[in-house]
Amino acid sequence: MMFFSKASFSRWWSMVVKEFLQLKRDRLTFGMIVGIPIIQLTLFGYAINSDPKHMPTGLIIEDHSEITRTIIATLKTSEYFDIVGEFADESSASRALARGDVQFVINIPPDFTKHLLRGERPALLIEADATDPTATAMALSSVNSVLEYVARKDLTGPLQHLAPAPAPFEARVHRLYNPEANTHFNIVPGLMGVILTMMMVLMTGLAITRERERGTMENLLAMPVKPLEVMAGKIVPYIAIGLVQASIILVAARIMFGIPFFGSIFLLYFAALIFVAANLMVGITISSLAKNQLQAMQMTFFFFLPNILLSGFMFPFRGMPQWAQVIGNVLPLTHFNRIVRGIFLKGIGFTDLWPQIWPMLLFSWS
Amino acid sequence: MNADLAIDVRDLVKSFAHKRVVNQVSLQVKRGEIFGFLGPNGSGKTTTIRMMCGLLTPDSGSGTCLGYDILHQSAHIKRHVGYMTQKFSYWEDLTLRENLDFVARMYTMDNRRHAVDEALEGLGLTERANQLVGALSGGWKQRLALAACMLHQPELLLLDEPTAGVDPAARRDFWEELHQLARKGISVLVSTHYMDEAERCHKLAYIFNGTLLAQGTSHEVVAAQKLTTWTIYGEHMAELSERLQRMDGVEQTVLFGTVLHVSGTRPELLERQVRAAVQGTSFRLEQSETGLEDVFIFMMKHAGRDGAPLA
Repeated sequence: MMFFSKASFSRWWSMVVKEFLQLKRDRLTFGMIVGIPIIQLTLFGYAINSDPKHMPTGLIIEDHSEITRTIIATLKTSEYFDIVGEFADESSASRALARGDVQFVINIPPDFTKHLLRGERPALLIEADATDPTATAMALSSVNSVLEYVARKDLTGPLQHLAPAPAPFEARVHRLYNPEANTHFNIVPGLMGVILTMMMVLMTGLAITRERERGTMENLLAMPVKPLEVMAGKIVPYIAIGLVQASIILVAARIMFGIPFFGSIFLLYFAALIFVAANLMVGITISSLAKNQLQAMQMTFFFFLPNILLSGFMFPFRGMPQWAQVIGNVLPLTHFNRIVRGIFLKGIGFTDLWPQIWPMLLFSWS
Repeated sequence: MNADLAIDVRDLVKSFAHKRVVNQVSLQVKRGEIFGFLGPNGSGKTTTIRMMCGLLTPDSGSGTCLGYDILHQSAHIKRHVGYMTQKFSYWEDLTLRENLDFVARMYTMDNRRHAVDEALEGLGLTERANQLVGALSGGWKQRLALAACMLHQPELLLLDEPTAGVDPAARRDFWEELHQLARKGISVLVSTHYMDEAERCHKLAYIFNGTLLAQGTSHEVVAAQKLTTWTIYGEHMAELSERLQRMDGVEQTVLFGTVLHVSGTRPELLERQVRAAVQGTSFRLEQSETGLEDVFIFMMKHAGRDGAPLA
């Protein structure tokens, strides 16, 4: 423990002061500290939407009747479909789909009404551009309930017998924590971890490689400063920055996106602190491996990518294959995402969060 | 251990990736001496300096720096040695004062503010103390670097090519400063490429491909090679130089524009040959003293040709 006892507080503090001074001079980095959370929040928060609505929809109507008009009108009111026009035939509709002009084509075949009246259960054909399945999934799943609604409402009186009999059982869906399935509620708290990961890993990764690249590391080594003092002096400013960023995101989440916050703010900061520390360790590791700043950047993105893809930030964690879940469980971001979403939306406490906290602690120590 | 020696290292060896960068280097620098460390790029100068100040552990060999063991007492060495790196290594995004202040804090100096003020005054940069270092010219940066590595009042300065890329006037000033420091009893080890600087040193060492080829005063170094040199004055002597090189007894020709140095170790033969070569031409011939540069070029060629221990 000689290492610790001989470390000088004043030298460590001097490292801290120097880091802050350099940060102050580096306008770009300084701008990034404030700018990145806000830009990313606006970009991802508003732009990423796994439940997109108002998708352009074309129609091929080969049977005009009261009932088909009602079906179309009801589909419109579901907000998923924006009717952009009617196609004369199948081929022009296909072309529009291929070009991406429309996301859906709803085709009402000839004699739809006639068949319906005869009780022959005619089918509506919906062609979807399923290039992005998440974009269409919700819309498609809404179609059946829309049709059922039409059936209940319109097929009355003499047409009553055509109304489908109520199913012998009923599937009742309760959407807990986010009843409106509002994607912002999921994305925005998740962004806190993503932004912190990116900034913390990148900045510490660069902080030490920058010294090496500019040759100033050699100078530091020649001075009687201990590696521990250098490391600790480098880390502390970034922990402070991390907490500032967490605060920016927290405020933005409340004000810009109106995300509900049920949990304890102290618990959130506590988790953020551990999370930031875990990421700083990654950054320090990267900086000791990378020979220059470019390599540090590349390594950061190498680390960042699985974090984005496997942490449950972008894709539902439970939807991933087993091996991907195993990798995901190693990443601190996975746990932090669960914590943050838990605190924000469910208001869960420390004991419920412990299973997520210890892996992060373990990660930062190893 | 000899108390008169600031640096006393023996048989230092260091290899990187199976290439022997420093091969059995022994160096003795007396206290209060300016010791010139010469050699081409990549010859192992920086590596040797780094081993002497405890930044790098030699594969084998031993030694002391200011009486401290270079293998085990690097912390002590760091406190008493000022090391100026080859590349400017202060923080360009900090001001002059911030840089000096930071260095002073690293050495946990008690009279920090005073030392910094004094250093700034010594540089004559008090009124520019709050300017960013990145905005300084090369010459000023080099002076700042010297002031910064002098801040903790070291007994020994290790300067790694301090004057590379510095204009002649600034170089002259710099050397005057070094001599002043030496008069105060500070030992200086300085690596350089410049021959005029080499001649300003009390002692010299020449390293090539990791091996020390010569050590001593410049006179000793020159005398040791037993070279005789003739100088030919004239214009367009490239062809003459080539012709001379093929002659017996001519071991080296070095062309400096309108001056041609011809050297060899057999004085009589050399004299006969050069006299014959300039016979009937307008070239002017005279015997001259062998310079350091002639000797270094000679040693470099020999080390290569004789297959001297390179690896």
